[in-house]
Amino acid sequence: MQTAVIFEEMKKRAKELLSNGTVARVVAWQTGDTCYDVTPGFFESVEELDEKMVFNCLCGANLSKYLITLSRMPGKTLAFLKPCDTYSFNQLVKEHRIIRENVMVIAIPCEGMTDVETLRGKGITGVLSVTDKDDTLAIETMYGEESIAKKDAMAERCRTCKSKTAVAFDEKIGETAENVSEDRFGMVAKLEAMTPDERYEFWRGELSRCIRCNACRNVCPACSCEKCVFDNPDSGIAQKAAVNSFEENMFHIIRAFHVAGRCTDCGECSRVCPQNIPLHLLNRKFIKDINEFYGDYQAGADTESRAPLNRFDNNDVEPCDAVGRK
Amino acid sequence: MKMIQKAELFRLFDAVSANEKLYIPADNTAGKAEYSVYKDGMQLSSQLNTVRSAKDFFFPQTENMADFQVSGKNISVEIAPRMDEDFTIFGVRACDAKSFAVLDNVFLGDPVDTFYQQRRLHATVVTMACGRPEETCFCTVFGIDPANPMGDVSCWETAEGYCFAANTEKGEKWLAKLDGVLFETDESTVIATKEKIHAITERLPLGNLPIEKFGNGDEMMEYFGRPEWKELSRACLGCGTCTFVCPTCQCFDIRDFDTGHGVKRTRCWDSCMYSDFTAMSAGQPRPTQVERFRQRFMHKLFYYPMKNEGLFGCVGCGRCLQKCPVSLNIAKVMNALSKGKEEN
Repeated sequence: MQTAVIFEEMKKRAKELLSNGTVARVVAWQTGDTCYDVTPGFFESVEELDEKMVFNCLCGANLSKYLITLSRMPGKTLAFLKPCDTYSFNQLVKEHRIIRENVMVIAIPCEGMTDVETLRGKGITGVLSVTDKDDTLAIETMYGEESIAKKDAMAERCRTCKSKTAVAFDEKIGETAENVSEDRFGMVAKLEAMTPDERYEFWRGELSRCIRCNACRNVCPACSCEKCVFDNPDSGIAQKAAVNSFEENMFHIIRAFHVAGRCTDCGECSRVCPQNIPLHLLNRKFIKDINEFYGDYQAGADTESRAPLNRFDNNDVEPCDAVGRK
Repeated sequence: MKMIQKAELFRLFDAVSANEKLYIPADNTAGKAEYSVYKDGMQLSSQLNTVRSAKDFFFPQTENMADFQVSGKNISVEIAPRMDEDFTIFGVRACDAKSFAVLDNVFLGDPVDTFYQQRRLHATVVTMACGRPEETCFCTVFGIDPANPMGDVSCWETAEGYCFAANTEKGEKWLAKLDGVLFETDESTVIATKEKIHAITERLPLGNLPIEKFGNGDEMMEYFGRPEWKELSRACLGCGTCTFVCPTCQCFDIRDFDTGHGVKRTRCWDSCMYSDFTAMSAGQPRPTQVERFRQRFMHKLFYYPMKNEGLFGCVGCGRCLQKCPVSLNIAKVMNALSKGKEEN
């Protein structure tokens, strides 16, 4: 199904549901001033949908987290969710953060999103428009036409897509066939194979670029605390200034521990990092460990199962086995 | 005009770095440009701009201001030393060079911030004309010419090499020290380079942002009360990305940390997007993201220019356009407010 066709169906259905009063508002994506300047959009009228709503290969933002607030507003909210967004949605429902009955979910297919940062990294700059043509993208730039395979324009999170099947929805538009993606745990395995010193150097190097803007935390669907401990002046650790450079590093490691077992691997943390720190690798290490120690587990796959870190039985791995020391 | 062949640029870097610390934009492990201390063999980045702006040199993200040592009933105060060594920043773009003027009004106005002042005095800024502006660039809106960047010395990359001209006395001294490395050339290639750049800047997609609508104090309250703020700010995550990559954002916080046997006084960047910014004992005058979001743009488009003879608090570098996680940025704000005003 072509993206343009999907978009038309989305808009049509959204208009119906708004007009007949089933939903009070729609959360989707909104056009900007440039082709990729897409913002999460909140629409309350048919006119707004006509004027501003968009769906194309540049709609990377995960909309699930907005539903924490939206599901507490009067009336139902219609949310269009990509398959990976439905995992975050489920997880938030499971944690009682989203009120499920106040949301209507329409699952939409996704073949992987185009990432403008990735394009820039390949030297394609001055991007004026991106046209989706099956497996390739035609890109108009200030310096001429460019063409690139769609998969080469994707961020790592889409190249290692965990599933193209939506796990939460009330309705569905189109479907995407599962296809083989790159090994999601390849880089984690590489890091595991390093010596502790090499690994330490790797992370110190990456995390040294952190500017502590908190974009990773604020975008993260698993970071849904009403007040983050790092924002609480009474916590004793709330600070914008780092007394030493190791504090930034600790922030990310603590955050990864905090979301372990709840992180669905949506990859938003790495998408939004202005310094291109591969933060998702910290979360994936936990996911890989959980899979190995407690059996395969995917956060957000359902809303009922007990999370591996929330239960205990006598067969659980011993800490000494977990770290490979006997 | 002075010149050096392209392949010889390292000789200039070697000569400068023999005398003082030299910072150049170099690609980091993420493949992004970042100012780095020049070391043998380091390559100048070919990217348009650094992720972090050049303001970091004068107004670092975190700096120590004083240490208080407690011993019994005595407290000794040790004030952090000011910068006392010359250094060179190479490859600053026209937008960032202009941002120093915006920062100077804040930090060099009464009372003078001596931490900032000493860094400014010890720095030689070598700017670089932009050969390949991007779709996010709109410095021309603020009267900045990317073909004629200011700073102490301006540099142009031409087909043959790098050409240099001094703009200040400090710049002349800097160039004079490089007599053996640079050779004399005429201006013809630089003129051709400037023409090429101007041909590009004429078709910048954001080159026509409606700046004329902003900065007028008589209209400040009208813009403050515009209904668009609510809609514009709705998707805002409340992170500090825009403020931290911005070359002109200058808000900071000063906090004392208990080190166990004394106190360390630290200054760090703050962000008006954060929930505790402006929090006071009496409460928070900007309780939601709408007020915080509005503050950032009203500051750049009204409050700052009203206090600084019409100079806007934005230089059009485009970092917020590239880096906002949800694509909210000053261009979008200017367009939306201007459109909203026309319709009313």
